[in-house]
Amino acid sequence: MSFTTNKYDACIAGIYEHPLRVAPNHTVAQLHAEVARGALQDAGLTLDDVDGYFCAGDAPGMGPVSMADYLGLKKLTYLDSTDTGGSSYLTHVNHAARAIATGQCKVALITLAGRPKSEGSSGTQVRSQWASAPDFAFEKPYSPAPLNTYAMCAMRHMYEFGTTSEQLAWIKVAASHHAQHNPNAALKDVLTVDDVLNSPMIADPLHRADCCVVTDSGGALVVVHPDIAKTLEKPVVTMMGAGETTKGQMGGKVDLTYSGLKWAAPLAFKEAKLTPEQIRYASIYDSFTITVLIQLEDLGFCKKGEGGKFVEGGQLISGKGKLAFNTDGGGLCNNHPANRGGMTKVIEAVRQLRGEAHPAVQVPNLEFALASGIGGALGTRHGASVLIMGRLQ
Amino acid sequence: MSQVNQKNSEHSEHRLPSPIANPENKPFLDAAQIGGLLVKHCNTCNQAHYYPRTICPHCGSDDTTWVKSAGLGEIYSYTVMRRGVEVPFAMAYVKLQEGISMLTHLTNCDFDSIRVGQKVRVVFQETQDGQKTHLFEPV
Repeated sequence: MSFTTNKYDACIAGIYEHPLRVAPNHTVAQLHAEVARGALQDAGLTLDDVDGYFCAGDAPGMGPVSMADYLGLKKLTYLDSTDTGGSSYLTHVNHAARAIATGQCKVALITLAGRPKSEGSSGTQVRSQWASAPDFAFEKPYSPAPLNTYAMCAMRHMYEFGTTSEQLAWIKVAASHHAQHNPNAALKDVLTVDDVLNSPMIADPLHRADCCVVTDSGGALVVVHPDIAKTLEKPVVTMMGAGETTKGQMGGKVDLTYSGLKWAAPLAFKEAKLTPEQIRYASIYDSFTITVLIQLEDLGFCKKGEGGKFVEGGQLISGKGKLAFNTDGGGLCNNHPANRGGMTKVIEAVRQLRGEAHPAVQVPNLEFALASGIGGALGTRHGASVLIMGRLQ
Repeated sequence: MSQVNQKNSEHSEHRLPSPIANPENKPFLDAAQIGGLLVKHCNTCNQAHYYPRTICPHCGSDDTTWVKSAGLGEIYSYTVMRRGVEVPFAMAYVKLQEGISMLTHLTNCDFDSIRVGQKVRVVFQETQDGQKTHLFEPV
């Protein structure tokens, strides 16, 4: 049985998530190399097999030029350094799959790593990479940062739809239920709704516990041609559909209630010939609880404005709720390497499809999985990307 | 919270970072210096836009002109940045009467009384390098 079409034939054959969450004695390049080696070993391949390389803004120096030299990649025929913040790696998988499908490479390596924890990064601060943006000339006086811009999305969602802090808290609670089973998770304690609401208010209406963790870490993926996937030992996870876009302030016609996934998700579902009702596991980018809520709506898991009702009562907890999400604990509890959560979203989706998630959170007999990401700032300008994957039976 | 609001109303010891001057936004910053809020209007598609560009982001025309905004609007959304910053502040998107929203700060108000939909008007405040920038206060 094959899920794929000729125009979109590629498989995710290797995954690796760095076990560290604090890495003060590593260089960023070293972390990239360690995750690259880990993902290639997981696939049963070597650096010598790699002919496509993908990295984003977290890579040091001149992106793929610096990193290919550091890693010792000698056979590259395809490079991509698309940077849409934390959603970059979902986009890289899509681009790698298209490049493989059109014969431009056969083994694509995607790496991510960074040390924001050791470097003292915080979501309350203005991101240095935003400084040269044309908008920043106007917006610099107001210190737009991840926390305050996402907080304004939450505030507007509450105003328009009656979404509550308790409903947002359920997203963190669900992630914490999953993280307790992950020995590498940055936060392993199971939280209650009250725990979230009693954590300090950082930027109204977002509490500290509405935020993801800041971690030094990394991850890597290997995307390969199906002919290569067939020769490898791991269960074959194949690409079925993808969509990507950006959304900004639209020349001043600001609408904070939806993300670019409103436009990108239908592309992915159409290509995969699936509907949201057929998805039982989803990795949903979780920089903040509100990020998850808005994506759930835009992906079509519920109607716009009904995300709060969708998540409350533990509906995202694996084995309990209607949709298992982020069973590794997500960015909210497990890992948000380099302040970029897209890589770990793909990794956990692949673990689920292979049946390699922790037994306490593994979704049984999973055929399809989705991973989605928001990069940059949902409240100002962001990249939005979504992948739908399947397991070849 | 009273301590937070007091700090905000004084603003004496803490100035906001300055906007970044460039050839494209000089008229905007010059107007702010004398208390005027400019937005860009496109003569081709007849729509205003913000932040201002030479080429209209709605239709791609370069027939854009600066127009003075009435400086009146309402709060589309906001947040109070309470922690992790030197001085707490209230950030907002204010939707102008001209129909476009701008990222800004709210001032001269009790942060705990701010509400979405509240009517506001523009005020100008000196930033670190002396350039003035727009903020909004409740009407």
